[in-house]
Amino acid sequence: MGDRTAELQERLREACAEGRPLRPVGGDSKAFHGNPVQAEPLPLAGHAGIVNYAPTELVLSARAGTPLEEVQAVLAGQGQQLPFDPPVFGPGATLGGAVASGLAGPGRPWSGAPRDVLLGVRMLDGRGQLLRFGGEVMKNVAGYDVSRLQAGALGTLGVLLEVSLKVLPRPACEQTLVLELEREQAQARMRELCRQPAPLRGACHHHGRLYLRLAGAGASVRAWRARIGGETLAEHNSFWQRLRDHRLDFFQTERTLWRLSLPPNTPRLACEQHSLPDWAGAQRWVISDTPAERLRAEVTRAGGHAEVFRRGSGEQAPFQALDPGLLALHRRLKERFDPRGILNPGRLFPV
Amino acid sequence: MSDSPRDTRRRHLARRFRQVLEAEYVLTRESELRPYECDGLPAYRHLPLIVVLPADAAQVQAVMRICHEEQVPVVARGAGTGLSGGALPLEDGVLLSLARLNRILEVDPDNLCARVQPGVRNLAISEAARPHGLYYAPDPSSQIACTIGGNVAENAGGVHCLKYGLTVNNLLALELVTAEGERLRIGSGGLDGPGYDLSALLTGSEGMLGIVVEVTVRLLPIPARAQVALAAFDDIEKAGQAVADIIAEGILPAGLEMMDQPSLQAAEDFVHAGYPTDAAAILLCEVDGDNEEVSEEIARVRQRLLDSGATEVRTAQDEAERARFWAGRKAAFPAVGRISPDYYCMDGTIPRKHLPRVLRKIAAMSQEFGLRAANVFHAGDGNLHPLILYDGNAPGELERAEAFGGRILELCVEVGGTITGEHGVGLEKIDQMCAQFPPEELQLFHAIKAAFDPRGLLNPGKAIPTLNRCAEFGAMHVKAGDLRFPHLERF
Repeated sequence: MGDRTAELQERLREACAEGRPLRPVGGDSKAFHGNPVQAEPLPLAGHAGIVNYAPTELVLSARAGTPLEEVQAVLAGQGQQLPFDPPVFGPGATLGGAVASGLAGPGRPWSGAPRDVLLGVRMLDGRGQLLRFGGEVMKNVAGYDVSRLQAGALGTLGVLLEVSLKVLPRPACEQTLVLELEREQAQARMRELCRQPAPLRGACHHHGRLYLRLAGAGASVRAWRARIGGETLAEHNSFWQRLRDHRLDFFQTERTLWRLSLPPNTPRLACEQHSLPDWAGAQRWVISDTPAERLRAEVTRAGGHAEVFRRGSGEQAPFQALDPGLLALHRRLKERFDPRGILNPGRLFPV
Repeated sequence: MSDSPRDTRRRHLARRFRQVLEAEYVLTRESELRPYECDGLPAYRHLPLIVVLPADAAQVQAVMRICHEEQVPVVARGAGTGLSGGALPLEDGVLLSLARLNRILEVDPDNLCARVQPGVRNLAISEAARPHGLYYAPDPSSQIACTIGGNVAENAGGVHCLKYGLTVNNLLALELVTAEGERLRIGSGGLDGPGYDLSALLTGSEGMLGIVVEVTVRLLPIPARAQVALAAFDDIEKAGQAVADIIAEGILPAGLEMMDQPSLQAAEDFVHAGYPTDAAAILLCEVDGDNEEVSEEIARVRQRLLDSGATEVRTAQDEAERARFWAGRKAAFPAVGRISPDYYCMDGTIPRKHLPRVLRKIAAMSQEFGLRAANVFHAGDGNLHPLILYDGNAPGELERAEAFGGRILELCVEVGGTITGEHGVGLEKIDQMCAQFPPEELQLFHAIKAAFDPRGLLNPGKAIPTLNRCAEFGAMHVKAGDLRFPHLERF
């Protein structure tokens, strides 16, 4: 545990000089995410430790290799949490990996994604230059927001060394309501609730049931529980965690698992025969053998995009192809951060 | 009559623009150009070569194609309310006004979003959403006038950022016209888009990377109720501690604002908000949400404030009193304007724990420069607005005010903060960028700009200083300090 900046920098400089591709690795729990990369692993695991945590400033800074579990335990000790509730797909998941993947838990429509709370980064670019962007303050418009750009970039623009995040108090009270509703009625109910100032922090439909997570002041949660009705779910946290980490039975499949990102009120699509709508309908997990091209065309027509989250059989590209103009811009940006193209080449878009 | 090369250039460009825009939307006469000579920072003024007012995205593309071919620089402008000179025209450049792209294209309550053109005013979005029980959260103080395109360019904030975020947290998608006139769609109809998060990079990029021609914003349900508490303190450090205590209580206020004695006095004299003028500082703490939630939280806030040493805590009894409490804060800038011929507004952000130290140093600098300062503070998110009072007609006072301001910003960087929280770098703070960023980071910023705008035509000379400029600034900085105030102590 400690600061391995100098050693990591040296390895990057060498790799850059030799043009050798590298794959930054935290806990290696999300290696399935994105295009497979043929590259030497660059482990961040030992580069760990919370560097600064000031609960009343609502800021935490930690090295990228710090285990998520450790961060969450320290925050919980002060009654706080990571607002984006990162999914955990295996032991050893790190904070850096959670930010670089850009993934967020079931509270995403209300509590945001990593990019929403990322205040600053220290990183190495593809030349091994040590760079710092943003900081530990909530508002900062000096220079381009290079920090937030790293969230979801899958380590293709730089190796994250340290991240500073806005953290928030845990809600005083949380409850989950379960209503027996078919998909269409559930969607209508979610739509109607999202338009009201209800303390919603989760809304998904699974096996003929609508699950609603309420979180906030006790009085507010109780009042809305009475208004909404339904059954109160015991052990409700474990349900949302199993959804977040893909441990519900729905996800136990060898077939291709798609993630659809859509306007929340999009009616059920033809490709959604076997589907679990989360994020009040804005994120839909779909198990489907529909040919990728047809599925993507349908999702695009509806205003969204589709990614292969876990590949079954077949060779579908994980991410939706970018329009030519946008792809060219991505390549130019990548080249500015990583001129030799050694950082996770091809993981997010074709080289 | 002989034409200067500038006139010839102007005539040539006007002819080309009139092939793609109606003639009346290509302005070339001095009287027509004059209203565009500055933005909300009138200390800097330039007449642009030409002003164009396209009607839609296709015309913006056509204008940009011409500018690209002619290699003429372009400064985009919304309402021109920016406070950092970001929309200051270039004398040899085109000023591209987005004022005519002012339509709300769609309010989609079921998908909690609105699709609008960049020239739509911030407040107009909330007004259009209100019949659906929804609103657009970021509320910069200029919200009746400023446009959403400008808000994106500056990543505008407001008094509710701590709970509801900045512009960047409330956008779903952008349409961009590039320096070459190409149109790109960033984001999707969902909560994320494929590829890099370019909307995060574009938000706050001050018109340096592209021209935003359409914005899809996220709408939120209007909270059922909001309630504000006003607390007086006999010591500004206690007020600072009270802010930390409220956060430690697990409360996330919708707004948490602080005013020091000079600013609250000025505000009280101006709008009679009922502020206790004998206080060293006041805090305004607003909570919003359900009726039940607000009742519970405001009681906790009140108790916390008293425990933290407030000499008095008042909670607004009705909507009229709540509006009155806020009226003083919202009128703080013009109120200070009444007690001084001119004032200069700064915009640093600091880690909140350094507030007492920063305020003490600002007071010392105020003595040193012989200029008064009043402080208003978005206390919840650490964004400090010191207002430096000066008289532009008194020889040397503007320069002194600027030097004072520059020192405040460097102090913010010193304590781990930033030179700008929400007003942008523009031209105003470009030298202080050298204090915040080493050459490697500045070089990467230039590289990012080049990836979007290889010819450097979009708002050149703003936001990111060249390395040469920083080298010169570094040299000049020491010299000017020694030359201007040799009799002053340094600490």
